Amino acid sequence: MSEDNEQTRMIATAMNEGSPQARALGFTTLKIGDAVAILKVPYRPEIVGDPETGVIAGGVMTTLLDHASGQAVHAALETWTSIATLDLRIDYMRPAEPGRDVMARAHCYKVTRSVAFVRAVAYEDDPEDPVATAQATFMLDSSAGKKTGANLKPSRSRPPAAKPKGDAA
Amino acid sequence: MTDADNRLVAVLGSIPYAKFLGITAELAGDEMTAILPFADHIVGNPMLPAIHGGVLGAFMEMTALAQLSVAAPLKRQPRTVDVSIEYLRSGRPVTTYARATIKKLGRRVANVHVEAWQETRAAPIATLRGIFLVAPSEE
Repeated sequence: MSEDNEQTRMIATAMNEGSPQARALGFTTLKIGDAVAILKVPYRPEIVGDPETGVIAGGVMTTLLDHASGQAVHAALETWTSIATLDLRIDYMRPAEPGRDVMARAHCYKVTRSVAFVRAVAYEDDPEDPVATAQATFMLDSSAGKKTGANLKPSRSRPPAAKPKGDAA
Repeated sequence: MTDADNRLVAVLGSIPYAKFLGITAELAGDEMTAILPFADHIVGNPMLPAIHGGVLGAFMEMTALAQLSVAAPLKRQPRTVDVSIEYLRSGRPVTTYARATIKKLGRRVANVHVEAWQETRAAPIATLRGIFLVAPSEE
């Protein structure tokens, strides 16, 4: 797959602009292709985790690394399919530098029929000097033929609720 | 308000990203429930729609930090060493709750497990296991 090919670029743009949380955090994809995605989150005071140090919240790293890893999976697949994060492990090496943007570089290094494996790093300038590293697995074809909005229905484990007035649907 | 209440309000009130996400918490005795009200800006996939996995991870990490602040007075905010998140179900567009269990709170390191759920406590949507560096205030 060529670097920055049109389809993966379109998916990345849709994931950044169509996802309200990614938009709220200002994620942009700097590079995508060949099973690799590089994303940036711009520094701003609202996303700080420790006001004493001004360091970006660990939770923002979690979101950035998850998002970048998802894009790396799409960049590794020949055709688009719905994906879902199964497992995400993050090691925090050092605090991010206050006031600076953070990048995440994710590489989907293995795809099987139903699972994709990703490694990712978060850093300011040099991926070799990471703020955090991550390892993630994704389920492929996560919607398994279910229609969009299927998860709006109550879960099966939920006890039957009283019949709502004026049943919508 | 008890000391633990005050510490809880202080920790959640002082984390800008917790405010950005809209996280609150309720304390009943020593049992704390963290609350993430649904809001459009926490959505990750608008087609399903589902809450962003990163937001659920962030919510559970902050639940762990808040639970540590309730458990003991700390000199400074604990530093996260690592977190491991399992995603069990997609986060639907409703209120999410989380509770943390401190497995061990030592002099330097705390081990915390967190579970997040929506309507059904017995059917968690995600879990987190985290290691945190702590600095107890009595040192």
